[in-house]
Amino acid sequence: MDTSTKSIKHRVIEIIAEQAVLEPSDVTADSTLEDLGIDSLGLVESIFAIEEAFDISVPFNANAPEESDFDISSVASIVTGIEKLVAEQHK
Amino acid sequence: MKRVVITGAGTINALGQNVPDTLEAMREGRCGIGPLEFQDVERLAIRIGGQVKGYEPTDRFNRQQLSLYDRFTQFTLIAAREAIGQSGLEFSGELAARSGVVLGNSGGGMTTLDENYRSVYEDGKNRVHPFVVPKLMNNAAASHLSMEFNLKGPSFTVSTACASSNHAMAQAFQMVHGGLTPVMITGGSESMLCFGGVKAWEGLRVMSKDGCRPFSANRNGMVQGEGAGIFVFEELDHAKRRGAVIMAEVAGFAMSSDAADIVMPSKNGAARAITGALQDARIAPAEVGYINAHGTGTAANDKTESAAVADVFEAHADRLMISSTKSMHGHLIGGTGAVELLACIMALRDGVVAPTIGYEEPDPECALDVVPNEAREADVQVALSNAFAFGGLNAVLALRRFA
Repeated sequence: MDTSTKSIKHRVIEIIAEQAVLEPSDVTADSTLEDLGIDSLGLVESIFAIEEAFDISVPFNANAPEESDFDISSVASIVTGIEKLVAEQHK
Repeated sequence: MKRVVITGAGTINALGQNVPDTLEAMREGRCGIGPLEFQDVERLAIRIGGQVKGYEPTDRFNRQQLSLYDRFTQFTLIAAREAIGQSGLEFSGELAARSGVVLGNSGGGMTTLDENYRSVYEDGKNRVHPFVVPKLMNNAAASHLSMEFNLKGPSFTVSTACASSNHAMAQAFQMVHGGLTPVMITGGSESMLCFGGVKAWEGLRVMSKDGCRPFSANRNGMVQGEGAGIFVFEELDHAKRRGAVIMAEVAGFAMSSDAADIVMPSKNGAARAITGALQDARIAPAEVGYINAHGTGTAANDKTESAAVADVFEAHADRLMISSTKSMHGHLIGGTGAVELLACIMALRDGVVAPTIGYEEPDPECALDVVPNEAREADVQVALSNAFAFGGLNAVLALRRFA
């Protein structure tokens, strides 16, 4: 699997765009999930799709998003988090 | 309309394998949640639950029975034997023809499903035991209960996720209240603590890895339990005529649907069910001394439920006690309202309010008296039991002390 930085960002945006029923070009790095109309269920589904795409495990608990060592405040922060997890879990 | 009283109660759950042991554990604020033990548990991220330990099915059932009884049916029958035994009722003739059983259950025979899927998919077998279907069907427990005790009246199973038992008990109440039958056996059971059952819940990311801390600011999700709670609901005059011991009166109930979201709770839907139960039971809000909360320990439920209680009770919300016994026995899903009704009976009959254990940090969004960590003696005349299910289906029962 190609897990270079560029492709991770591209793939994460594709997944988020699909969840939001938008074109990938409409999803920018500073978009928040709220801006994109993704609710809590949509978030959980996106994380599942990301885990499947990169074969990683994302530490996210819907009850305590702020404590889940995984920043979901924007698309950029999600991409950064995924890059870190891919690097750690694909050693 | 007929008055309805409870003349028998039975249970098996992580806190105890009968009612006295369960109530003692609730009084002592004991935690029944611990490491899960079953095949493939090491493949789960969530490895704790309120599992029934020290239970040997072969001590209670013979080989033929066990080939037909999934764990949720076994739990139901164990609880039913205790409840009906306590009531002293024997079902024959006219009484048997009219008495029935309405139970709550959500997952059916999930352990049976799990074991047989493993067998055909993972082990590659092409043959399963002939009784897989009658063992896993959701109504198996109600049917076996009716067979064991000769209950020939209206009998069925209600499935409304986490509110199943409360919906079932509300139905049973209504049947006795309306004069359809003098006796109904009711309650519910659940047993989803198997690899596939917990794996499915894990996917939703609402489960806690370390404990159930309802209403506490540091709560981080629900913890699943298993077991059953079964009750004998009896028409008051029928109970009196035979000199039955009465545990509490079932005074009323209400049901509501949020019609909003498949998983997120609604303050308005919860408040409408609570208000409806008070109206149905002709109880003034200020009479309520105790509420057994739905209190799952998720971020969303606990703050929504607290807000609903504050809305309905206004100033009295600060005077009543509300606790979540899920902190001790876990969330029994379709059986949870039944086990939790025991805490209401204890408050009314014994004057002891079960605590919310695991309470560590106050949450300004749950600023009610949640009876933190230690049981409390109190004179409780009226108790409510809340259940707010996934799918937005709510059911609240109102109980009154019987004097």
